[in-house]
Amino acid sequence: MICIIDYGVGNLFSLKSSLAHLGLEAKVSADAADIRAADRLILPGVGAFGDAMAKLEATGLVPVIREEAAKKPLLGICLGMQLLFEKSYEYGEHDGLGFVPGQVCPLAPDLGDKSLKVPQIGWNAVHILRDDPLFKYVRDGEYFYYVHSYYGKNCAANTLAVSDYSLPVTGVVKAGKVYGTQFHPEKSGDAGLRLLKAFSEL
Amino acid sequence: MITKRIIPCLDVRNGRVVKGTNFEGIKDVADPVEMARMYNAAGADELVFYDITASAEGRALFTDILTRVASEIFIPLTVGGGVNTLDDFDRVLKCGADKVSVNSGALRDPGLIPAAAKRYGDQCVVLSADVKRVDGQFRVFAKGGREDTGRDALEWIKWCVDNGAGEVCLNSIDTDGVRNGFDLEMLDAVAARVNVPIIASGGAGKKEDFLELFHHKGIDAGLAAGIFHQKLLTIRELKEYLNENGVEMRL
Repeated sequence: MICIIDYGVGNLFSLKSSLAHLGLEAKVSADAADIRAADRLILPGVGAFGDAMAKLEATGLVPVIREEAAKKPLLGICLGMQLLFEKSYEYGEHDGLGFVPGQVCPLAPDLGDKSLKVPQIGWNAVHILRDDPLFKYVRDGEYFYYVHSYYGKNCAANTLAVSDYSLPVTGVVKAGKVYGTQFHPEKSGDAGLRLLKAFSEL
Repeated sequence: MITKRIIPCLDVRNGRVVKGTNFEGIKDVADPVEMARMYNAAGADELVFYDITASAEGRALFTDILTRVASEIFIPLTVGGGVNTLDDFDRVLKCGADKVSVNSGALRDPGLIPAAAKRYGDQCVVLSADVKRVDGQFRVFAKGGREDTGRDALEWIKWCVDNGAGEVCLNSIDTDGVRNGFDLEMLDAVAARVNVPIIASGGAGKKEDFLELFHHKGIDAGLAAGIFHQKLLTIRELKEYLNENGVEMRL
């Protein structure tokens, strides 16, 4: 069973539906027993970092997530991926879960081409830098759907894939059994479903 | 690099997509779930559903359709039509929408935009503006393009973006339905004032219109209904043509 960690952030409809579409058993839960019983975890999220981290901490689940993430695969999606980092500079300075060394920083000042829009909204090609079982069913250069204004930075040692937005935007990170995707696999059509399927087989 | 997006728009009334009116004046309709499947398979980058029903029964049918589409099609879904309050946002987001488009609702109550952006994030709030030239000025129209609000469109759009609209869908009433190309002058005027993605709507008649559109750097997506519904142009054919002509597309 895949446990989608519910901490009151974001719209889980598509994530639940995409896992059901793949025939995978999933449960949306904020219960420590479910997180312990699951064979893998998904940390979703949209919105602002500080607010999301505060909500996650308020559930009291952070110690359980830390413990379980050492034992089984965890996938952070979008803001859920950003929470895996040490720190974020979105509206102030906030500590994250610290699984992935690096910081979450605004896209705008780092853009090489200042005419590009922020947020980055749309489909961008994902270039695989390091092969991984997560990419078992995905080809290099396939398109995934991004919606974000901040990105993971100073994390080269943990970066598996990037997308070009006049700077290499961190697309996929990994630290131990913990994975994160900046894009939304549950909104990335067939390519996204294949990535989720590979995650379910890790 | 990020691709330009091709977006078909589905107007839904009483549970059916209104494809347009044929020569005998009979409304041509289709099943929205079937059409969503077809467009997804053809490579649509996103789908927009407009609820053009007024009745409560029609509204319930609409959310039921949205739930069915979102359960099997995993690309971004934008919903508009009849969005006047935060409760309306809540209703469609719970059924699987990713973004909500606001038009007349925001003109009546501009506070809806910052309130929705605060609750759901800027990326969720799409400002849809129906704009027409009046006395040498771009004016915003309400009620499906029937009512001149007297408001300057460029100022209105800028205000909405500054207050939380994460995307702008600009529909030119002047070129809508003419099928002689997008309103590039109007689109450029908006693109010069805001730095969020702009979706162009109104005027698409042939694939060359999209190529010309995407030569304008500030435009991120092209939206059309009739030419896709009536199969004058397939999304696959359009995207292949654009890609061959140097516009990056997800194929």
